Amino acid sequence: MAKLNVNGQVIDVQVEDDTPLLWVLREQLGLTGTKYGCGIAQCGACTVHVDGAATRSCAMPVSAFDEAQKIVTIEALSPDSSHPIQQAWLALDVPQCGFCQSGMIMAAAALLAATPRPTEAQIREEVTNICRCGTYNRVIAGIQRAAGPATAG
Amino acid sequence: MNAIHTPTRRGVLATAATVFSGLALGFRIPLSGEASAQTAAPPASPEVNAWVVVKPDDTVVIRIARSEMGQGTLTGLAQLVAEELECDWAKVTTEYPTPGQNLARARVWGSMSTGGSRGIRESNDYVRKGGAAARMMLVQAAANEWAVPVGECRAAASIITHTPSGRTTTFGRVAEAAGRLPLPTDVALKDPADWKIAGKPVARLDTAAKLNGSQIYGMDLKLPGLLNAAIRACPVFGGTVRSVDSAAAEAMPGVKRVLRVGDNAVAVVADTWWRAKTALEAVTIVWDEGEHANASSAAFAEVMKAALDAPQAAVGNRAGDALAAIASAARKVEAVYSYPHQNHACMEVMNATAVWTPERCEVWTPTQNGEAAHAAASEAAGLPPSRCEVHKIHLGGGFGRRGAVHDWVRQVVEIAKQMPGTPVKLLWTREEDMGQGRYHPVTMCKLTAGLDAQGNLTGMHMRIAGQSIIAGIFPQNIRDGRDPVVFQGLNSGSNEADIGYGIPNLLIDHAMRNPHVPPGFWRGVNLNQNTIYLECFMDELAHAAGKDPLEYRRALMGNYQKHLGVLNAVAERIGWGTPAADVNGQRVFRGLAQTNGFGSFVAACAEVSVSDAGELKIHRIVAATDPGYAVNPQQIAAQVEGSFVYGLSAALYGECTVKDGRIEQTNFDNYQVLRMDEMPKVETIVMATGGFWGGVGEPTIAVAAPAVLNAVFAATGKRVRELPLRNTDLRRR
Repeated sequence: MAKLNVNGQVIDVQVEDDTPLLWVLREQLGLTGTKYGCGIAQCGACTVHVDGAATRSCAMPVSAFDEAQKIVTIEALSPDSSHPIQQAWLALDVPQCGFCQSGMIMAAAALLAATPRPTEAQIREEVTNICRCGTYNRVIAGIQRAAGPATAG
Repeated sequence: MNAIHTPTRRGVLATAATVFSGLALGFRIPLSGEASAQTAAPPASPEVNAWVVVKPDDTVVIRIARSEMGQGTLTGLAQLVAEELECDWAKVTTEYPTPGQNLARARVWGSMSTGGSRGIRESNDYVRKGGAAARMMLVQAAANEWAVPVGECRAAASIITHTPSGRTTTFGRVAEAAGRLPLPTDVALKDPADWKIAGKPVARLDTAAKLNGSQIYGMDLKLPGLLNAAIRACPVFGGTVRSVDSAAAEAMPGVKRVLRVGDNAVAVVADTWWRAKTALEAVTIVWDEGEHANASSAAFAEVMKAALDAPQAAVGNRAGDALAAIASAARKVEAVYSYPHQNHACMEVMNATAVWTPERCEVWTPTQNGEAAHAAASEAAGLPPSRCEVHKIHLGGGFGRRGAVHDWVRQVVEIAKQMPGTPVKLLWTREEDMGQGRYHPVTMCKLTAGLDAQGNLTGMHMRIAGQSIIAGIFPQNIRDGRDPVVFQGLNSGSNEADIGYGIPNLLIDHAMRNPHVPPGFWRGVNLNQNTIYLECFMDELAHAAGKDPLEYRRALMGNYQKHLGVLNAVAERIGWGTPAADVNGQRVFRGLAQTNGFGSFVAACAEVSVSDAGELKIHRIVAATDPGYAVNPQQIAAQVEGSFVYGLSAALYGECTVKDGRIEQTNFDNYQVLRMDEMPKVETIVMATGGFWGGVGEPTIAVAAPAVLNAVFAATGKRVRELPLRNTDLRRR
């Protein structure tokens, strides 16, 4: 039993305490945009925002959360895919298979929220999500585009 | 309603959503994946022909037989159809016909296999003809309606114009009448020089749903009453289940059943996957590990090493007398290389959903080959193919893992069969995915060359020893012990995967030795290691001859102008012959590689630096690819960049090792892959010289690693002949 604040709604969920947040999102709440990739917080496919910070949800038990913490998933990053990261991704055709991109977008959005004008070095350092299709260079370009001009470095 | 209709020319297809009914389950299951995501709800419009449906509102639905897994084939194939159809590109959507529909209609959509970079290069002719035929039918329908000669009418951007009168109509208004016309038999195609949609860097059709979580992948499928399964197969390949104690697991929350799957696996079915996976960990399984319980990579390496000098080997390419030329040469150069097993490590682990009843079996799965999945489902279900259906779902990566072998489809059907009428979704853990792969084959290669006094190459013997994918997957295709695919990039006379050097005396042969680890087609397949072996050795020969690696290659490439074209292009772009600028105080060094694979010609030049502490940085790779015709240049660039990530992950880190008969790597913490901080800048040169159709998903993967390894030699003087590179100490001493 847990009380969670997900995408602006406070929700009661009936699960074992050690159930990872990822599986509560996917199986109890039907929010399947957040993906399972590794289960050990390595790949970042499960990235959501917890009070604005990029958080890997696959290895965090639901008991670690309370309703005061605002959890946001890819489905609610923006109401209409209008977040600058989503718009940049669309303009540059960033995704290939797309499976990692929910997590990639959430990581990128959190980076921009904390560091509105990241240097390229900061982007490479901060976004550690795995993409097996190899979209990395377009991810970097997408973050720079979303951040606006003068982010080279 | 039956899920597969009587095969009449029209009305069969509708959308897949109307085709699937849920049957004995008594509920309607909304179809997931591309088809439902990108087409409107029924009632569906009748098709113009198998490839094209035009709705009254002028929406064009283009049927795509190949699978989209990120490589962009869905968009590229739609571009080719739309080009000939003369439709408005902004009105194009796509859908997948199902394997069952393809079977019922005498394979009107041809092969569904999506591997070997074949999507566009093998189907471009008939999909373009499908688009052209549909256009002819639409124009004819308009001419009939107006009672004018069809020759006076033309189509452009989904509008048909009667040129003399200026009357116009739209595709949507005449589509139904067009669908009643006979299929034209004489269909001409445009000259690619006249393309307006194909050949252009248009945006992908499938991006929007990947930005907000709405794209449905196999693991996201929802069905009423769906149960979830987690599975564990014997970690030793060839082993079986001896006994199972499931008492503890069966008492755990949400658990419905603990099942044996085939003779080598155990599954837990529960209300949620997390509960199934948790309960599976509480099942005590005793394995019979079988005859390979003690197998190891080290032991198999000895087998391959011995095969490097074995007298018997299958010949892949021969010219002159290489062994005699080497024996009489002024100088002899020899090197032994090796390439380890790799896991595909698709971001989306293997998964499928199935419903089985005694009458019928339906499967939903991400697959690179819907027809192979259909055959696997039919066999496992014990039902004829006409009583089975597979719904293809967008793939979270494929890379060859989801093509030839559908082991996970067999598993899910075997589970569903034990729970008739209940839909069950099987999802592997990452650990299961790492340990139950279909691995890139393991090989070694001994290269021996003879040089004359001036350093010219007079003879070369390339002995490959090790695993055959074909022997593991399609053994019926082995002829006289010869695997035809093992020589990719080393053949002659096909321009499919040919060596690009004129070597007067040449022998390339393969001593097949197969470990118990099951092989698979892994993006780039055998081109990966063969290009490393040949292109690194070419660099060794140039060095031995005291010549520039580019000039040394050029001297051998006079009869290989396509190979030479891409090599020259990267050399020119990178400024070969002029020193590279330092980066962060480190000197930058370059390496080259080129090959021909999957019908395309590719080359790369890498720029790297290596610090005194041995830290390798790959700064930039310039790549050139000549696929003959380029259908979407910006997606080709995306494929080149992506292929480098895949190829460099393997070259730098990738290695699946065997101990005690099982794969030692379990997850991304011990199977490291390239991340963003290591990603080089990539400049892609798309040089489509025309006249042939080459693939683009795979070829360039093969040149990334040898270009980097040759640059590492330039930087350090160290030849890395054993991959992955992380096992070599690059520190300066």
